[in-house]
Amino acid sequence: MINALLWVPLAFGVVGFFLPRRAVGWWATAGAMVTLVLGVIMALGFENGAAGLQDTVNTTWISGLGVNYSLGIDGLNLFLVLLTALLWTGGIAFAAFRERDRPQLFFFLMLAAETGTLGSFLSQDLLLFVLFFDLMLVPFYFLFGAWGVDRTGEGGPTASRATLKMMIYTLIGSLLMLVGAIATAIISAHGGHLTFSIEAIQHQGVPVGSQRWIFWFFAAAFLVKMPAFLVHGWMPDTYKAAPLSTLVVFSGVLAKVGAYGFLRIVLPLFPQATAQFQTVILLLALGSILYGSVMAFTQTNLRLIAGYSSVAQLGFITIGIFTLRADGSDGAILQMVNHGLVVGAIFIIIGILVERSGTEDLRSMGGMAMRAPVFAALFLIVTMATLAMPGSANFIGEFYILNGLFEAKIVFAFIAISAVALAAYYALRLYIGTMHNRRPDGILSREISLRDGVVLAPLVLCILGLALYPQLILHRADPSVQQSVAAVTGSEGGGPQNSPSSSEEELAVSK
Amino acid sequence: MAGAGFNAPHVDYAGIAPVIALTVGLVVILMSGVFETTRRWAPGLAVITLAAAAGLLIWKWGENLSLVAGALRVDDLAISISLIAIATAFAAILLSIRERAAEEAGYGEYYALLIGSVLGMVLLSEAENLVTFFVAIETLSIPLYILCATNLRREGSLESGLKYLIVGSLGSATLLYGMAFIYGGTGATDFAGIAHGIEVKGMLHDPLILIGIALAAVGLAFKTSIAPFHQWTPDVYQGAPTPITSFMAVATKAAAFAVFIRFFVVALGPEVGDWQMGLAILAAISIVVGNVGALTQNSLKRLLGYSGVAQAGYMLGGLVVASEKGVSSLVFYLAIYLFMNLAAFAVIVARERETPFGDDIRGVRGLGAERPALAAALTISMLALAGLPATAGFIGKLYLIEALVEGNYLWLAIFIVGGTMISLAYYLRVVAAMWMGPETEIGSATASAVGAPAGGPGSTPVISGASPEADPVDPEAGRRWYLVGPAVLAAGITVFFGVIPQPLVDFASHAGASLF
Repeated sequence: MINALLWVPLAFGVVGFFLPRRAVGWWATAGAMVTLVLGVIMALGFENGAAGLQDTVNTTWISGLGVNYSLGIDGLNLFLVLLTALLWTGGIAFAAFRERDRPQLFFFLMLAAETGTLGSFLSQDLLLFVLFFDLMLVPFYFLFGAWGVDRTGEGGPTASRATLKMMIYTLIGSLLMLVGAIATAIISAHGGHLTFSIEAIQHQGVPVGSQRWIFWFFAAAFLVKMPAFLVHGWMPDTYKAAPLSTLVVFSGVLAKVGAYGFLRIVLPLFPQATAQFQTVILLLALGSILYGSVMAFTQTNLRLIAGYSSVAQLGFITIGIFTLRADGSDGAILQMVNHGLVVGAIFIIIGILVERSGTEDLRSMGGMAMRAPVFAALFLIVTMATLAMPGSANFIGEFYILNGLFEAKIVFAFIAISAVALAAYYALRLYIGTMHNRRPDGILSREISLRDGVVLAPLVLCILGLALYPQLILHRADPSVQQSVAAVTGSEGGGPQNSPSSSEEELAVSK
Repeated sequence: MAGAGFNAPHVDYAGIAPVIALTVGLVVILMSGVFETTRRWAPGLAVITLAAAAGLLIWKWGENLSLVAGALRVDDLAISISLIAIATAFAAILLSIRERAAEEAGYGEYYALLIGSVLGMVLLSEAENLVTFFVAIETLSIPLYILCATNLRREGSLESGLKYLIVGSLGSATLLYGMAFIYGGTGATDFAGIAHGIEVKGMLHDPLILIGIALAAVGLAFKTSIAPFHQWTPDVYQGAPTPITSFMAVATKAAAFAVFIRFFVVALGPEVGDWQMGLAILAAISIVVGNVGALTQNSLKRLLGYSGVAQAGYMLGGLVVASEKGVSSLVFYLAIYLFMNLAAFAVIVARERETPFGDDIRGVRGLGAERPALAAALTISMLALAGLPATAGFIGKLYLIEALVEGNYLWLAIFIVGGTMISLAYYLRVVAAMWMGPETEIGSATASAVGAPAGGPGSTPVISGASPEADPVDPEAGRRWYLVGPAVLAAGITVFFGVIPQPLVDFASHAGASLF
């Protein structure tokens, strides 16, 4: 089952090479939908309230090197997997409606990227995770470079230069992570049997001295991927170059892999280092929030507004994780899904807006809502979710995060709260600037087409659905989150406890 | 008479059968070149010779024989490296079909020299005595000096041969000098005797031995193109006929590393504490110099030359730790290096023959649209050399880094990773040229004047800077089975071992286990 989920996209992509140009888009959409259905079936079979891994697969891959092909589902990755499958379906369907050259290659790369991303969420072997983490980037290199937009006209780089920058930035992080992963396994093996299994390494434990530097090797990879403040240098050029349909998944999902990596790997394997560097990461995350927000309301390019808002939101998610409390991390997981849905929808909307207006500049847009009430309504829902309107799932997520932060580090909480207000400003600015105001000449106000509506409406429905019932995620995520967080709080010895159950687990872990 | 005192060593003819097969083949091929009618058979004879030698080597797999009074040793390390060299030679023969150099040099000589060089490599990987060591390294080098210069009409080829001759001789001389010191210190020429001599005669840390080690290391660094003894590499790679370059890039490196391993681990094993750090520093220098040097290259062969310097640095890491895992990882890396490089060189040969750009990076521009199969092969090759996952290159780096971290050389592992980061810039530049349109090369001023070669050979592109010999000789080269086949096959194998590396890991760990 879990194998099918992982490899179906790639299989569809390979078959797509042998199909005619016109059919391949639909074939790819079908592939993404099959993946989504598999994901939903797996989610339905998910045993609620259990902390351990489910649906596991574990076979030896390279015996001499201690690498296992080991996959599994738990509360941490279940909904991120669903988010991946959903957004890829949306992104591919959105692209399938549009003409492009070499469609076979385009959709193959999209589907290969889906397999890579699912792989990094599902991996329970440290090295397999690193492998998929790098692998998912490669298709995007080609997608952005070959189908991207050159910005030489406005003094910017070509698409291939922009993506090269992205590759180098992100691979610097992930190659260091490769060394970190190998070192973790070797150091924790203490000369015994070498294994990369995350569970086994957690059991063996990593000495505190080694944790300190390995922590930063992993953090580098994850922070660049998000991107976080100070290591976001690749983001603006890449976002400007990328085709919009790929940004739906890139911004919606790939950024989350970084945050997920903290929960899956860093907290359980390097607990002492995590506790030690908590403040540093919190400061970086606060930097992300403030910088991202300020940039988001000064930029005029629609892509960059969405891109910088992502930086801010990811900062929020990071803060949630590094409260090192279960409620903060629960909120972070909910917020990862929320933000994925929202930003995916926003990039589809931007795609539609750009087609209508022929420009990406907010200043020369406006009045699009005139004859498009349905489109405006959908966009408004997404906007309200972005700014975490009470009643939206984003509000619940941010509430949990801030709640955790108040308990953990109250000073940071006061600054982080300001971000909520800033979010309202940039989200509304985007909405008002494009949909309201006077309509400049040459801009069409047309209702959303049925085909784009079919793509956008399910995402908006999911946003609404989560707003009504966020417990769907919170309940399933909580046991696993407790476990990850307990690794850290347990190691500190008498750190803040969230519930009796977590202290019991902590005892179990420390034994 | 000396007859009483001199006992001819017992010769196990089964053990040296591969060497005999290669020698016989060499003679037959040379003779075939004499007659007009048999001349065409030379490539076929060469293939048969290689197949026979490979078969005889595989027959001995798993055995550990000392041959000819300890002059040679047939073990899994020797066999695996010999097989790599033979496979490379086989690929070079395919790439040489319709190669101008092969025709000009006379069929017989070209292929006989190639087999002669392989003979040297097989001997070198088996050598366990200073004398065989030196004879073998000369047997492999001398044919290569000539082969580099076989493209008689090109100035670059002659220059390449001469340069290789001078630098190679210098390397050999240094090596010989080092051997003399080591012999002087230990009084033995066989590797086990040297190790014994170092320990028994109290020569550990003796300056005489240390100087010998340093000189031998420098000599071998010349052969494996490790910086700072790499200066010949880009020039020779660029000037030599491309099939020969592909042969040199992999096979010479493999054979030289085989003896590097055996000499340092077996003979100089007692001195491990003295040479480890020195080699580690060489590896680090090589990684930096190779990767930085490759950044600005426009000639693909030069680029691969510098990349080879960097890759040699990575591989040397496997020797630095002097452990079973280290040697295994080195052999693994050499094996995949064969496939990664072969895919690239096959594409370069095809483009050299069908475009007027020679091996310039312009030759592959727009290749993704024009020749998707070739472009895919070169892409996989570049991604594998850069060490991206789902290719064997990733597993190779993983193996090396694991060996290094286990051997407490974490800092060298970080150098490898740092080098990999730099290398992305030039490997991906080639990839970008293939898939991402002609406007990607802002740097080259001629880009706009030349335009995309997508118009095909029918249009008349402006030749700027290319030598007049660089005319396309075969406008259909990009469809020839003997070029597309090796390229696609090598790329396929690179991906295969990236996904299912276990068979190759087993192969390499046998080689490592035979020494420890």
